[in-house]
Amino acid sequence: MKAILVLISLGIISLLAEIFRFRRALYPIVILGLMGAIATTVSYWWYDDGDFAKYFGGMINFEDSSVIFSTIIISTGLLWFLMSDTFFNKENPRTDLVALVLFAMVGAVILTCYTNMAMLFLGVEILSIPLYVLAGSRKDSLSSNEAAFKYFIMGAFASAFLLFGIALVYGATGSFNLGVIGQVVEAKKEVLPGFFMVGVLMLVVSLLFKVSAAPFHFWAPDVYQGAPTYVTAFMSTIVKTAAIVAILRLFLSVVFDDITSFWMPVILVCVGITFVVSNVSAAVQNNVKRMLAYSSISHAGFLLLAVGAFNAYSAKAIIFYTAAYSVGSILAFAVLTNVIKDHTGGPVESFNGLGKKNPFMALVMTIALLSLAGIPPTAGFFGKYYVFNAALQAGHVWLVILGIIGSLIGVYYYFRVIIAMYFKEANEEPGVEPSKQHQLVMFVTAVIIIVLGLLPDLILGIGSAAEVVAAK
Amino acid sequence: MITASLIGLPLIFAMIVLFTKGEGARKLALVASVIELGLSLFAFTLLKQDPADARLSLTDVAWIPSMGIDFAVTMDGISMLLVLLTTFLIPVIILSSFRNNYENPSLFYALILFMQMALVGVFVARDGFLFYVFWELALIPIYFICLLWGGENRGAVTFKFFIYTLFGSLFMLAALIYLYINTPIGENGSHSFALSALYEAGHALTATEQAWVFWGLFLAFAVKMPVFPFHTWQPDTYVTAPTTGTMLLSGIMLKMGTYGLLRWLLPMTPQALEDWGMTAVVLSVISIIYASAMALVQRDFKRLIAYSSIAHVGLISAGIMAYSPEKGNVEGLTGSLIQMFSHGINVIGLFFIAEMLLGRTGTREISKLGGIRNVNTLFTSFFLIIMMGSVALPLTNGFIGEFLLINGVYQFSTWAAVFAGLTIIVGAVYMLRSFQGIMLGETNATTANFGSELTMNEKAVLFIVAAAVIVFGVYPNPLLDILHNDVAQLAQQIAVK
Repeated sequence: MKAILVLISLGIISLLAEIFRFRRALYPIVILGLMGAIATTVSYWWYDDGDFAKYFGGMINFEDSSVIFSTIIISTGLLWFLMSDTFFNKENPRTDLVALVLFAMVGAVILTCYTNMAMLFLGVEILSIPLYVLAGSRKDSLSSNEAAFKYFIMGAFASAFLLFGIALVYGATGSFNLGVIGQVVEAKKEVLPGFFMVGVLMLVVSLLFKVSAAPFHFWAPDVYQGAPTYVTAFMSTIVKTAAIVAILRLFLSVVFDDITSFWMPVILVCVGITFVVSNVSAAVQNNVKRMLAYSSISHAGFLLLAVGAFNAYSAKAIIFYTAAYSVGSILAFAVLTNVIKDHTGGPVESFNGLGKKNPFMALVMTIALLSLAGIPPTAGFFGKYYVFNAALQAGHVWLVILGIIGSLIGVYYYFRVIIAMYFKEANEEPGVEPSKQHQLVMFVTAVIIIVLGLLPDLILGIGSAAEVVAAK
Repeated sequence: MITASLIGLPLIFAMIVLFTKGEGARKLALVASVIELGLSLFAFTLLKQDPADARLSLTDVAWIPSMGIDFAVTMDGISMLLVLLTTFLIPVIILSSFRNNYENPSLFYALILFMQMALVGVFVARDGFLFYVFWELALIPIYFICLLWGGENRGAVTFKFFIYTLFGSLFMLAALIYLYINTPIGENGSHSFALSALYEAGHALTATEQAWVFWGLFLAFAVKMPVFPFHTWQPDTYVTAPTTGTMLLSGIMLKMGTYGLLRWLLPMTPQALEDWGMTAVVLSVISIIYASAMALVQRDFKRLIAYSSIAHVGLISAGIMAYSPEKGNVEGLTGSLIQMFSHGINVIGLFFIAEMLLGRTGTREISKLGGIRNVNTLFTSFFLIIMMGSVALPLTNGFIGEFLLINGVYQFSTWAAVFAGLTIIVGAVYMLRSFQGIMLGETNATTANFGSELTMNEKAVLFIVAAAVIVFGVYPNPLLDILHNDVAQLAQQIAVK
């Protein structure tokens, strides 16, 4: 919770920076502030779960899982800020952009700890509205404008669904409070009105839209490709994590656990469609950025599969998967921004000969892609492993098989980049040398990927406490 | 402890080699692999004295406690044989690579040592998850070796190889997880990946479940070996890969598949073996016949060896899958192990010969070669010995294994044995015919410049391989001794239902 305050303060400071002319100092302030936010978040770990962590009359409950996911989100945010220095123009930053990103992160953190439908809606909106603007932050670019417009229209539509769903659920249960809703559902599960079910379905649809799972993914490729690459990195890591946590808190908990037979098939069908559509589409892309967009849809499928497993392993799997995926994506996008300067992305051929031109970047990119493809000894492998484990425990054999086939197609499109880097002759363009700061980010994320791939218990050891989420 | 250091040592050396510049890298790699060989021989002597030596037995360190995954490694006779094969072949492979100058040698040799680490790990792991991780780790270095130093069209070919093997592995992973979730929850609150726990879980499954697990695992191993119809990656990959890579693939990596059948498939699902063993044997026999027929019509010597390798490994797999507790035909199991060892040695010799032919005459086309005997008699003698081993002539290393294998298959089914026996007959046909084509006859313009001298390094490699062919052919007892008890124990585990 304190992290939310820190982030809001940082956002306001960013806005003031323009007025009080300390723009030059803003970047270091934000970095330090984010570190502080991580520290305050982690400090919650040692508090009891009592009333201490409840805020706003119980509308927010900062429990163990919130600590873990907030830490993942804010740490990813920190790495993101470190890799996005050129986006803001570090020396003389665009303060409004900094503030927007920080506000979006506030929304993401709220989604990790809400216990009330109103807070869910607020979190989603606080997260989304800055992103509409950020997606269009390249005013002079047609594709960026298109991305923003598309994202806004579709996002607004999904928000309307969300609100409608909340209203219907409220109508049936008489409360916004998740705990109360859960009790009512349990007590009256035989006599719940039809419009309640419609409400739940609308909640599912709107949240699936936010994680960009098929068949609600159509906005994603265009938005991801059109938005500035840094914003894409933000959307495919932090936004995805926050959205999946929102689903987790709502569906993988005591709220709707008595009517799983109603919403579960919807999620499982979407997982199946996602595996097929995203991977097949990604495989035919030649634009690396668009390929990463489709691949992020496929990762959403894996995360949802863990939700669909609905057992004690789900939360663990999601924790690890989001961490591994966020780090891998940040690394991949950090390399991407250095290799392809065009903000709408570029063909795989742009990576030709990178192994010779810049062995360091080629190596870390290989690590990132191996992790995204889920090959040991990288973090991504364990992410997939835990998801498969959870799904098999729940008996979803066919979805696991689909997931395996999807992963194989994934190997195909990730390895095209690796092959291009090491196997294809370099093009004429001169080699690129990333800045020291970018090198640091790449190095740190690559090390994290390998370390988590060798010692996954670093996260899972603490993850056992997160079973609170899945307490049924 | 020694078992774990056999894994750790190559990894450490790989790191050092990676940062060694220029020529030093390959020499250091050779030294490293010889040290590793020494260590494994030391382990071998310990094992012979006392199979339960504490320095070899189970090392079990919790790795991922929350998931019940341990770093559990053990050296028994079966593992020892395959570890010995690995540690013996890697120095030979490194030595054989000296005749080429590879670009970026430090990376090249570091990858080989890294692969050695993974291979040893596969052969000694006693934890399902650890086994899987090593299994996949072995794939990454060989993929890069083939991709970076391979021949024409290597991008597409190595990619096919990678996808095929990964495809198999993922099904293996799913099968292992399925077994894992059927293990009882232990004291630490999680299921267990320990081999014995997986065995128990596997035995307790219903016949249908066992069949799923069986085929999931079999798919992974069948792709690796490869067995028909999962073999299509193999000839292209073997031919395209740099010879060093081919040697690693055919000499050692292929044995991961056959070893997997023995340790991770048969004792896991005895019921499925009874139900589906015949199907697996039939597939193996088909690959023998198919590959032998293909080998007959090959013109490229390297491709011919690639196909002959499928035929040989088909026999190994038939011998393993033909095991049935009622008939107690353990000869097939013992034979498969002996043959894994022999095949590794022979196939490396043959690929080295193919490499020399290409290097010295510029072609591997049998029809363009001929009469090398007139030019270089020493080379001819070595080739003859290695080829004899490959066609399983008595008193060569190939004989014992194939004899035991066919014996084992015969007890299972006469017809299968008849067709499996074809591998020896047809094998003799195509090997002798290619020997004839390459070595005998008139010397032509291509072969005239083969050269009458062999370099020291070539002599060394050929001598080591030829010596091994004869030594293990005449005196296989040390190998049979260490296998005896462990194969019996394995057979017992398969029998328990």
